[in-house]
Amino acid sequence: MASSPLSDDTPTDSTRPQGHFDSPETIQQPRLGVVGYLRFFWRQLTSMRTALFLLLLLAIAAIPGSLVPQVSSDPNGVIQYKANNPDIAPILDQLQVFTTYSSVWFSAIYLLLFISLIGCVIPRTKYHFDALRARPPKTPARLSRLEGFTTRTAIGGPAEAVAAANALLRKSGYRTEVYDNSVSAERGYLRETGNLVFHTALIGVLAAVGIGGGFGYTGQRVIVEGYAMTNTLASYDSFNPGRFFTDAALEPFSIAVDSFVPTYEIENVSALGQPIDYVANVSTTLRGATPQKATIKVNEPLHIGGTEVYLLGNGYAPVITVKDMAGNVVFSQPTACLPQDANLRSNCIIKIPDGLAQQVGMIGFFYPTAVELSDGTLTSSYPDSINPVASFFIYTGDLGLDNGRGTNAYSLSLDNLTQIAGGKSGTPAIRLGVGDVADLPNGLGTIELTAIPRFVSLDVHHDPAQAWVLLFAVLVVIGLITSLFIPRRRVWVKVVESKNGTLTLEYAGLARGDDPGLDAAVAELADRHIDQLGAATSTTRIRVKP
Amino acid sequence: MTETLVSYSTIAVYSAMAIYALAFVMFALDLSRRVAAPVAAVGVQRAHADGSTIVLEKVDAPAGVTNAPRYLRAAMALTIMAWVLHVGAAVFRGVAAGRVPWANMFEFTLTATAIIVGVFLAVQFWQDLRFLGVFVSGFVLIALGVATVNFYVDVVPLPPALQSAWLVIHVFVASLGTGFFALGAALSIVQLLQARRAAGKAAGLRFLDTLPGADKLENMAYRMLVVGFVLWTFTLIAGAVWAERAWGRYWGWDTKEVWTFIIWTLFAGYIHARATRGWRGSRSAWLAIIGFSAVVFNFTIVNLFFKGLHAYSGL
Ligand code: HEM
Repeated sequence: MASSPLSDDTPTDSTRPQGHFDSPETIQQPRLGVVGYLRFFWRQLTSMRTALFLLLLLAIAAIPGSLVPQVSSDPNGVIQYKANNPDIAPILDQLQVFTTYSSVWFSAIYLLLFISLIGCVIPRTKYHFDALRARPPKTPARLSRLEGFTTRTAIGGPAEAVAAANALLRKSGYRTEVYDNSVSAERGYLRETGNLVFHTALIGVLAAVGIGGGFGYTGQRVIVEGYAMTNTLASYDSFNPGRFFTDAALEPFSIAVDSFVPTYEIENVSALGQPIDYVANVSTTLRGATPQKATIKVNEPLHIGGTEVYLLGNGYAPVITVKDMAGNVVFSQPTACLPQDANLRSNCIIKIPDGLAQQVGMIGFFYPTAVELSDGTLTSSYPDSINPVASFFIYTGDLGLDNGRGTNAYSLSLDNLTQIAGGKSGTPAIRLGVGDVADLPNGLGTIELTAIPRFVSLDVHHDPAQAWVLLFAVLVVIGLITSLFIPRRRVWVKVVESKNGTLTLEYAGLARGDDPGLDAAVAELADRHIDQLGAATSTTRIRVKP
Repeated sequence: MTETLVSYSTIAVYSAMAIYALAFVMFALDLSRRVAAPVAAVGVQRAHADGSTIVLEKVDAPAGVTNAPRYLRAAMALTIMAWVLHVGAAVFRGVAAGRVPWANMFEFTLTATAIIVGVFLAVQFWQDLRFLGVFVSGFVLIALGVATVNFYVDVVPLPPALQSAWLVIHVFVASLGTGFFALGAALSIVQLLQARRAAGKAAGLRFLDTLPGADKLENMAYRMLVVGFVLWTFTLIAGAVWAERAWGRYWGWDTKEVWTFIIWTLFAGYIHARATRGWRGSRSAWLAIIGFSAVVFNFTIVNLFFKGLHAYSGL
């Protein structure tokens, strides 16, 4: 890469992009004044060195978030981590390590980087526009100092030789300018254009994520086969609105889960029971229109009115029916049990505050394919429902539902409860197969395992900016490829008349940026030029490769 | 049927490893026997015109073969043989499983290393990088050894989250990118050695005299790494598109996403370093090496020990 004294436009060397500044090597003036200081800091911030520093800092700053569980992606992991590491957890909490990617320090780094980026792109864009309109620079006096320098001889008039070179270069996509007996040509402005598109599109990605994402929401909902949800705030189990979310973003649709059909591996012995396919068959209704059948699969979300619905989880929701001694049904509904392992051994919580002589709480354990271990406990050996068994620990006392505090449906506070079946209560846990009925201890009533439908857990996402993010991401790639692989180069052809009437044709080039093909391009130009001129005498063709 | 194909695959891997080992030895012998040709003038002389005659001399340091071409030729032939077996192993595995052979760590290592060697062989058509053979064959041998001993799993069907065209695209492009990063990092290592030797510090390594100079190596490394960077950028985006389909969000700072991002940022840093005064040369070479180390780290440590959604190692 020749660094040459020829750069007409920037004081920096030619291997460097135009229109950006290096940070000053030394701080020159102590007395700058407010404006001076501001300008000085702006220059510092938008310098290449700062950009590099911030990029590397960003890479380092991203590391802690991968070492420590994050609230956003693994909230239970965070709770566990805090329990296991009581000494350093508070310090990490203070440092916002559990929320690394929204922490003050991480945000500060990327925001500074993007301010730097904007401060860098704007002047370069302006510069580039000027460069696009500028004429290729004057032909240097001594081409022999440049890259790929080669000469040919020909006979004929210099004017024709210049005109032919000019035409040839234009045809090859160069912008040309004729100076006396020479042609000056430049091409590859697209390289800088690509670079600017790339950097601008990065800003676009961040803006689309940061601003556009704020108008969306995500919500989770567990639905049992045969049940439905409507897209309203109240129907979600959990809901995360974006910063600018309003209820208007909730499309009026409803989804009924007709059935959930899992497929498990049954032949390959090294993968028995591994899930092969999950299909949720649903009926959707949008804005009161007629219901439509649809399926949701992993990797195949449902699109409904600008909203995406994903199938993220599934499990069993046994229907438990509890009757009092008189045979009145006091509780009968499916209860989603949380899967604990790949064979869907699952746990669930049932709370019956009213209808029986005492408040009753139950911890249920569900085994879709129950097998008994040597110590008498059950486990599940296969995820499909082949030998389903549910067993229950039963508690009576105060469920703690009356104090007005919200409680978690998936946990039972044992503080004010007495265990009356299972564990150390002296009475064995109640075990039921489908259709089995058992008496509750203390003459409370009966319990039946009525049916075992499955549940799916659906994630509902609405992100109006998603398409923008993708668009900018595609621009990032296009800009990147353009700016890395399109050579930006200058080429000169000079015609020198010798005393004996022949013409000496000189060719040379100058790379701007990485340009492995420059020498070959100059040589090819020379060959084609001489071919066109014809009637060449004593042409010496020697290619130079560095 | 499946078992037969799997056993073919296994036999092919072990044979490939044996031949890579031989190739490694040959490459090493080649380097150890190399001595710069005594007449090698160094540097490029510019053309000088006198009258109508043009004398153009291109006298580069003879990159590559001087005294020991036999070893190098043998090493390359062995590498090609091993590679054919290696590709065969991946293909048998894929046919046995009825899908692309990169759905768990064993398969991924098998295929990615085949791609690395493939990239190494392919770039020879364009640039003589045979002197990197020691690095490539050694690296691939170690990776295959770890894969067959520690990562091996039987053929199992794809879990639903992996049943996607993006498995084919995202993972393949990531492996391709890794191949270019590997060569770029290897060139950067030689570049650093070359710079030390030029500074009079690496006295023992006489074979360096037969290799291109630090500047040339830096340019070659740059060309490898920018190709790798483009592929990696695509990997990142394709991963986000896939995550959107499979997990319901395109970006969630999952550990694997974090490390892919870190690698991307490191190489963006590398590219900027090359355009920043004071960072060209050895500093940017170190960045390239750190970047590739992060790629290896992402594939090994992050896959095996970090918790996240990318739990597809099969182990
Ligand atoms: C989010 C932060 C940034 C990222 C990810 C990034 C990434 C990149 C990448 C990948 C390239 C090489 C591809 C190309 O030429 O288009 C590049 C080149 C370049 N970037 Fe950035 N950049 C960032 C910020 C900046 C900033 C703040 C500046 C201004 C100081 C800057 C100035 C440049 C320049 C001048 C080049 C051309 C270098 C060359 O031609 O070798 N970048 N950037």
